[in-house]
Amino acid sequence: MDVKREVLPNGLVLLYSEKHNLPLVMVDLTVKAGPLDEPADKAGLAYLTSALLTEGTKTMTSAGISNQVDFIGADLEASTSDDFTTVSLSVLKKDLDKGFRIFSDCVLDPVFDPREIARVKAQTKDSLKQAEDDPEFVARKAFKKAVYGPFPYGRLVQGSPQTLDAITRNDLVKFHDRFYVPANSILTVVGDITPAELKALLNKYFGNWQGRPFPAMASPRGPQEPKPQAWFINKEITQATILYGNLGIRRDNPDFYAASVMNYILGGGGFASRLMADIRDKLGLAYDVHSYFTTDKHKGIFEIGVQTKNRSAKEVIDLVDRDIEQIRSRPVTAQELKDAKAYLTGSFPRKLDTMRKIADFLSQVEFYDLGPDFIDKYPGYINRVTADDVLRAARKYITPDKRVLVVVGNQSETGLKLTPLYPPLN
Amino acid sequence: MLKRLPFAVVLILLVAANARAQGMSSNIREKDFPNGLKAIIMEDHKAPLVTFQVWYRVGSRDEQAGTAGMSHLLEHMMFKGTKRLGPSEFSKIVQKNGGMDNAFTTKDCTVYFEDISSDRLPIVMRMEADRMQNLRLDPEEMLSERDVVMEERRMRTDDDPQNALYEEVIATAFKASSYHWPVIGWMNSIKNITPEMLRSYYKSFYSPDNAVVIIAGDVKPDAGFNLVQKYFGAIKPRPMPKVYVAAEPPQTGEKRVYLKKEAQLPYLLTAYHVPNALSPDSYALEGLASVLSGGKSARLYTSLVYRKQVALSAFAEYDRLSKGPFAFYAGGTPAAGHTAEELEAGLNKEIEKIKKAPPTDFELQKAKNQIEAEYTMGQDSLFYEAETAGMYEMLGDWRLKDKFIENVRKVTAADVSRVARKYLTKDNSTVGILVPLKGKTEEKPPVAPGEGHVR
Repeated sequence: MDVKREVLPNGLVLLYSEKHNLPLVMVDLTVKAGPLDEPADKAGLAYLTSALLTEGTKTMTSAGISNQVDFIGADLEASTSDDFTTVSLSVLKKDLDKGFRIFSDCVLDPVFDPREIARVKAQTKDSLKQAEDDPEFVARKAFKKAVYGPFPYGRLVQGSPQTLDAITRNDLVKFHDRFYVPANSILTVVGDITPAELKALLNKYFGNWQGRPFPAMASPRGPQEPKPQAWFINKEITQATILYGNLGIRRDNPDFYAASVMNYILGGGGFASRLMADIRDKLGLAYDVHSYFTTDKHKGIFEIGVQTKNRSAKEVIDLVDRDIEQIRSRPVTAQELKDAKAYLTGSFPRKLDTMRKIADFLSQVEFYDLGPDFIDKYPGYINRVTADDVLRAARKYITPDKRVLVVVGNQSETGLKLTPLYPPLN
Repeated sequence: MLKRLPFAVVLILLVAANARAQGMSSNIREKDFPNGLKAIIMEDHKAPLVTFQVWYRVGSRDEQAGTAGMSHLLEHMMFKGTKRLGPSEFSKIVQKNGGMDNAFTTKDCTVYFEDISSDRLPIVMRMEADRMQNLRLDPEEMLSERDVVMEERRMRTDDDPQNALYEEVIATAFKASSYHWPVIGWMNSIKNITPEMLRSYYKSFYSPDNAVVIIAGDVKPDAGFNLVQKYFGAIKPRPMPKVYVAAEPPQTGEKRVYLKKEAQLPYLLTAYHVPNALSPDSYALEGLASVLSGGKSARLYTSLVYRKQVALSAFAEYDRLSKGPFAFYAGGTPAAGHTAEELEAGLNKEIEKIKKAPPTDFELQKAKNQIEAEYTMGQDSLFYEAETAGMYEMLGDWRLKDKFIENVRKVTAADVSRVARKYLTKDNSTVGILVPLKGKTEEKPPVAPGEGHVR
């Protein structure tokens, strides 16, 4: 793929790939601003800042923005994840100028109107409340909290009702001033736009974007290894949602690829995985069972997730234990290794099969510093993994002695009990 | 051969030029095979990838009440082996070739698909042709897979209060039509399905003359058609039973249904009977849905979520791609401290408003621009593009997808008000309300680990 990378005089990293197969342009602005950059008692600050970008600027009201965006049939969205904030625009070529104008205005000149702040806060609180109806949300919230303790990844990016209430307009303005600067951002543009058109738009709409060179924030120390824990959360539902796992690995860990291959064989490979074969295909105990490593700047999580009728919960946890024991004690077969590598390398082009996916992918490659030749090097990273590497990764990064187990379900039916042998941690 | 070639080339160029002038589907070709199979090829060489899809014209509408869920359970069994392939080998082979495969069942059809490198296309076509005729349907495998489907139902419906309400509303709105029951079936109808029933269902409906295959992506039409001939050409059609689906009689009074379930917030869902995309009213109904609910600038969000703040979310949606007349929805989640009834009153006020006064020119143009932009952006994904064509083909003709855009352009503001008056009436409505029950949710304290504590 032809991708150009350039660092502009104001420090902004520009990634650009020209594609003319459809009259569309995809734009991503990735700002290094997330939960790691906010105080714990104001958790949700990064999220709330991004949510308010499209709720009023110096030249447009909230309604004005949505009216203009909708009129050109564009998509403009801002979201915050564990490590960064993304503002993304999808726009038709013919409306590119207008799209860029709205986009830059939202990113550069949001006004943080107090009425909008209050409204978005209330909406966020209601959404969090409603999310409690989703057993997987409840389980993952507890799981991340247990794995990470006080580390920022352990909380919701939206914060909590209390921390949201603690955020003032001044906090938002300062956070925006400090982090939304060119030297702290990546702009990715993919689609039906020529270099000359892009240059003109950048001059017109981002030409005056300046900001003090961003002082490298002292990263907080990474998360501590948690104590092993089990959480049984009662909910009057028919199925138990089980999350099982531990603190995982950083994206820049050289074992990332060995862990990927191992995870594919254990539970990441859908119908080709051991967990799916043992729990769904052979026994009909679940519809979905999966495992994954999240990939973040700091250590992510390793998670196995599965839902089964309440009274099968114990049986399924035993089966998960058995598969973990196996992958940690014996090398995977040559066939498993070969199939996993064939999938991971062979499926790579499909990660780049739309303009939207390409834009998001390029931004992440830059953010996680995977190198400009990552696309070419990736198959080599995977193909070098040996069965010994897989065994080593399983032993090192799946740690049953430090596991966190969360079960959300009707606990009178699951029959899961905390034993007095293991008293509460506090 | 040679003599005819230049002539054929000229013809194709003319067709292509003509289609491009309208900005439409110039890249699509179709072919009917002698065994009744239809193939559609959507050529797009942007990447060395294809999506291959097999559409069977059978869905939950073709089932019987007591065994509802057969189409979907059969979809699951299609991955459990043929005379040639062992259980779950299908997906393993696709994946070791770098592809992904899956399937979905709707009220009207059952669809299987693979996204894969174009050079691997013959591998998946061969396997799809194989399972069209040689499915194993092992009784023990079926009983186990039936349990999997019950787990799927628990996850998607029984433990999801909003989806559970959707099921209640549809079952109340449709009493005679087979749209009455959910695609996945009721827990107790799924239990009734036996391996013998499924075998007979498979033999009845999985026939080439009841199927359409679509190849979208990096493929030359002639090469694609040759592959279809090679793998599917020899499959003999099977006699198909006639399915009688009762048309839903007109509704003559408001219906209301309440669902009490553990939930944090109430939820409101109203369904109105409406015609599908084959009706001339469908274009205005799409415009109506867009004026009410197309983005944050649309009326429902602006009025109920943004200004009055009685709702956390509010939406209107038109399901135009059902084979039979189906539903237009309006609904949402009340904001904390507000009731479903307040939201209902707010929604009805907006609906009455648009019945009395047509949308402004700006609103109408905005709705049209959104629908057109969505059409173009949809083409970014091969899968989505093929899926859209397939949906229209199930209605009768993939070309309807282009006609849709042409006809949306002609919708007037008066049309939008007219269809609101015609269909969004109280007597034609089924109102569903989720009444939250307070659950006994409690977190037990964390404990230190050990293998003993869960047993």
